[in-house]
Amino acid sequence: MSKKTSTQNTRPERPLSPHLQVYKPQMTSMLSILHRITGVGLTVVLAAFVWMVIAAATGPKAYAYFVEMASTKLGLVIMIAGSFGLFFHLCNGIRHLVWDTGHLFEINCARNAGYLVLLVSIGLTAAMWCCILGVTL
Amino acid sequence: MSLLKWEKGGLKSNVARARGLGSAKDGVEHWMAQRVTSVSTLILVVWFVYSLLNGVALDYVTFTTWLQAPLNAILLILFTISVLYHAYLGCQVVVEDYIHNEAFKMVKMIGMKLTFFAAGVACIFSILKISFGL
Repeated sequence: MSKKTSTQNTRPERPLSPHLQVYKPQMTSMLSILHRITGVGLTVVLAAFVWMVIAAATGPKAYAYFVEMASTKLGLVIMIAGSFGLFFHLCNGIRHLVWDTGHLFEINCARNAGYLVLLVSIGLTAAMWCCILGVTL
Repeated sequence: MSLLKWEKGGLKSNVARARGLGSAKDGVEHWMAQRVTSVSTLILVVWFVYSLLNGVALDYVTFTTWLQAPLNAILLILFTISVLYHAYLGCQVVVEDYIHNEAFKMVKMIGMKLTFFAAGVACIFSILKISFGL
């Protein structure tokens, strides 16, 4: 009797709602989280921008130091990753804005637009760095 | 601003506090601001990346000379405001979604707001200083 009441009073340990790990990864959900990841990642690029502007206001030496740091391998990696992040966040942002107008909600359209966004952002990143590094295809 | 979960007493009466339960009733402005700044940032970032690709930031003299043109300084200030505000709104949503400890969330939010504001002031001051050639 007393055992019964105790089980009634304790909350059963049920799985909580967005139970992400049971879902198969999909184009829409993966791009959604990538939009957030690139958004947060771009704040690092933003910090570099703030550094650049302050360095330019400080003087030639401070700016030369910034350029020197940006030219290191780590700087280059941040710039390449940052440019992909920017292009992806920009293109996928347009996809989100289209959704806000109530269009493109058909599952096939949403998925295909996702592939297009991914393709265009990779293409833009590659094209930009080919231009900068003087690589001709 | 609505009362926080961990704020037991607050300055409101019981009725006022009960009435305030439910949605915060100010989400639309945040949502709208995120969209508006996304469009303004979209336009300005294309201009800025294009300028960078033209080599305006390669060295000190080129960059400061470029910024002395009023149009460039004005657009860069607008870009700074737009992108920092957009980034702040985005980071706020991420913090609200993934940080569940109320006290840590509060510290993080206030810290973020102050950091983004400070970055904005620093950038605008720097751009003006370069542009005025002081």
